[in-house]
Amino acid sequence: MSKSKSAYSIPGKQGKLGTHIIVVWVDNETGVLARVVGLFSGRGYNIESLAVAEIDPKLNISRITIVTTGSPQVIEQIKLQLKKLVPVHKVADFKREDKKVIFKEMALFKIVGNKSKKIKALKACKKYNPIILDKTNKSYVIQITALRREIDLMSKNLKKFGLLSISRTGAVAMTRGSEVFK
Amino acid sequence: MSKLFSGAEIVFKCLEDQDVEFIFGYPGGAVLPIYDELKNFNFLKHILVRHEQGAGHAAEGYARSSGKPGVLLVTSGPGATNAVTALTDAYMDSVPLVCISGQVPTHLIGTDAFQECDTTGITRPCTKHNWLVKDVKDLEKTIHKAFEVATTGRPGPVLVDIPKDVQFQKTNYKKFKSQKKTNGKIHNHFSQKDIDELIKLMSKASKPIFYTGGGVINSGPKASELLRELVNTTGFPITSTLQGLGSFPGEDVQFLGMLGMHGSYEANNAMHDCDLMINIGARFDDRITGKIDEFSPKSKKVHIDIDPSSINKNVKVDLPIVGDVAKVITTILKTIKKEKPNFSKSNKQKISKWWETIQKWRSINSFDFVNSDKTIKPQYAIQRLYELTKNKDTYITTEVGQHQMWAAQHYKFDKPNRWMTSGGLGTMGYGLPAAVGVQVAHPNKLVVDIAGEASVLMTMQEMSTAVQYSLPIKIFILNNEYMGMVRQWQELLHDKNYSESYTAALPDFVKLAEAYGCVGIRAQTPEELDDKIIEMINTDRPVIFDCRVDKMENCFPMIPSGKPHNQMLLGPKDQKENKITGKGKTLV
Repeated sequence: MSKSKSAYSIPGKQGKLGTHIIVVWVDNETGVLARVVGLFSGRGYNIESLAVAEIDPKLNISRITIVTTGSPQVIEQIKLQLKKLVPVHKVADFKREDKKVIFKEMALFKIVGNKSKKIKALKACKKYNPIILDKTNKSYVIQITALRREIDLMSKNLKKFGLLSISRTGAVAMTRGSEVFK
Repeated sequence: MSKLFSGAEIVFKCLEDQDVEFIFGYPGGAVLPIYDELKNFNFLKHILVRHEQGAGHAAEGYARSSGKPGVLLVTSGPGATNAVTALTDAYMDSVPLVCISGQVPTHLIGTDAFQECDTTGITRPCTKHNWLVKDVKDLEKTIHKAFEVATTGRPGPVLVDIPKDVQFQKTNYKKFKSQKKTNGKIHNHFSQKDIDELIKLMSKASKPIFYTGGGVINSGPKASELLRELVNTTGFPITSTLQGLGSFPGEDVQFLGMLGMHGSYEANNAMHDCDLMINIGARFDDRITGKIDEFSPKSKKVHIDIDPSSINKNVKVDLPIVGDVAKVITTILKTIKKEKPNFSKSNKQKISKWWETIQKWRSINSFDFVNSDKTIKPQYAIQRLYELTKNKDTYITTEVGQHQMWAAQHYKFDKPNRWMTSGGLGTMGYGLPAAVGVQVAHPNKLVVDIAGEASVLMTMQEMSTAVQYSLPIKIFILNNEYMGMVRQWQELLHDKNYSESYTAALPDFVKLAEAYGCVGIRAQTPEELDDKIIEMINTDRPVIFDCRVDKMENCFPMIPSGKPHNQMLLGPKDQKENKITGKGKTLV
C-alpha cells in the first residue's frame, strides 16, 4: 500500500454507476433552482441535463427533471438530500432503462442549404415527429422530440445536410398508464 | 383598525413569542432600525460581541448548553460574511441557530451598494434554509418558520435576511399560535417491526456495542436518561463520539471512552470486532470510521437517526431506524419490558466473554502518558482540572487541536449539554466565544474553555465581551507555543518539517488578561498547578490561565489515516510501543 500523507482516509470501493432521472416537485420561489443545483455541485453529484418549469400556477409548483449518473448509494443520497430541502414537496427517481416511464427531449435544428439538402434533413428526422417551425429559401428550423441518444445521433447525421445550429432541452419524464407518482 | 407595526418591531414581537431571552449581535447601517427598537423590548437582553463570528459561536454555546435555539443579529455585507464560519460550524454540528441579518434596501439589491452582498446566496450551503424577506407582510410568518426549521428534525442554522426598507415598512401583527409541530420534514417513521427486529438482533448478539453521538444530546436530556436505562438493562458496552460525550456517565464501567482517531484502544477494538453495532444519533464520520472498507467487518449494523440522509451515507447499515432518539429508545425499553422481562439476566452469560476481551484491551490503559515532575504535561493539567472541578457541575468548551482531544480523553462528563466543542467543522477560535454564550445561559455555573494558545488568539477579542457583561469565563490555555496538532502530523508524517507551526511572537497572556481588564494566572511547574487552578476557580471574574506545558507532547492513541480501527498507534509508555510504533510509522 502506498504511503499516505493525508489526514483523511483513502477512497473505498465504488458501486456500479447508473443513469437516473430524478423528478423534483418544488415551490416556485426565488432561489429554489439554486438550492437544488447547489446541492448537486456542493456534494459532487453530477447533472447531465436539467429541465424546469412551473406546472401549477395556482399552487405555485414547479417540476424539475434532472438526469444524473451515480452509484446506487449516491442516487439514494441525492434523493434523501433533496427531500430535506424546505421547498421540496416530493422526489421521484426513475432508471433510464425503466420501461414504465416515458422520457423525451426536444431539439431544434437549423438547416441551411439548398432544397434537396433541406428535404433530406427533414426525411432523416422522420422517426422523431419533425415539425418545420420556420422556413425560408435557404433554411429550415426543424423541431424533433426524441430520446437523448437519438438526438445525439441526429445532430451528427444532419451535419452533412447543412446543420448549422442546435438547441435542445433537458429530458422530461412521465410514468405510463393511469398511475401518478405520489 | 388594529395597530400597525414596523418590520423592526415585528422582529422583536416574533422573538418575544418565541421566548428568546438573549440575542448576540453587532450593529451596522443595515440593521439600525432594528437596533433602534431594542430599547422598547425589555424581555430581551442584547449581548454586544466584538466580531460577528463571536456572535455566532456565542449563540452556539448558548444553544448547546441550554437546549434552546441561539439567536444572532448582524448587519449586511461584512456582518453577514463574518457570521458564515459560525453558521457552517452550527450546520456541521447540528446546532439550532437563527441568524437575522440586515440587507441594503430592496431597490438597491443587485447594484453593488455599500455593504451589500448576496447573503442568501453565500449562506445557502451552510444553513438548513434561508429567506430574503422582500415584503414586510411576509416577515412574521418567515421568522416563525425560521424558528421551526432551526429547531425541528435534525437541528441546524437558518438565516433571515431583512432589507432596511422592510424594517421601516408597517403592517399588522397577528398573535402567534404555537402549533403542534407536524412539518413534513420531520421524520418519526419507525415502526414496531423495526424495534422487534432490533431486539431480535440484540438477544442474538454475543459481541454487541452501543455507539452513540450528538443526536442523543440533541434529542434532549430525557434521551440521555433513557440511554442510561437502556445500557443498564442490556449490560452492553457503550462508546461515544466526541459530540456525544456526557450523554452517558464518563466514569461508568460500561463506558469504554470516546472512539475514533484519538479514541480509546478498547472502544476502537470493540467497534472493530463487534458482531452487533447499534449506532444511536451518530453519523459514521470519517474520523470515526477510519478506512471504510475495513470498518467493523463482522458486525450487523443498526442506525438510529432522525435524519434519513444520514442512513447509508458513509456506511451501509442492516437495520435503519429513522426517528427521534428519545422516542425510539422509549419504544425499545417498552418492548423489552413487555416481551423479554428477563433480558438482562439471560444476556449476561452470553456477553461475559466479550467483556473479558474488552477488559484485556482496557488494561492497556491507552490514554496513559509519561508524567513529569519538571514540566506540566498537558494531559496532567486536564486531569487536575477535572479532579478540582468535577463536583461543581462544570461546563467545558474547547478550541480545536491537541488540547481538544486531550480534554475529550481526560475530562469525564456525566451530564449532557456540559461539553461544547467544534467537531464537524473543527473551528479554531470556537471555544472562547462559545464560553461567553454558555455563561450567558448559566450565569452561576463554572464555565471553562480548555484552549490552545494558537486557537484562542483567533477570537481573543471576545474577552472584551466577557468583561463588559461580567461573565466570569475561565480560559484555560495549554500553551505549548505550537499549533500542536499540526506539529504532531508534521512530526509523524512530514519528516519533522515543522513548517510554520511555531508561533514565534506570542503575547504575554497574563498581561493580555490585565489589558482586557480581567485576571491573568500563569502556571509553569506541576507543583504549583493545583494551587493556581484553585485560584482560577475561586476568582469571580473572567480569567486567562496561561498553563505552560510540554512543547513536544503528542496526542495518543491515534488511528493513522487510511487504517482500520484495530491498527492504532499507542503512546510511548506502552509495552508494545516499540513494535507498533515502528510498524505504525511506515504505515502512516
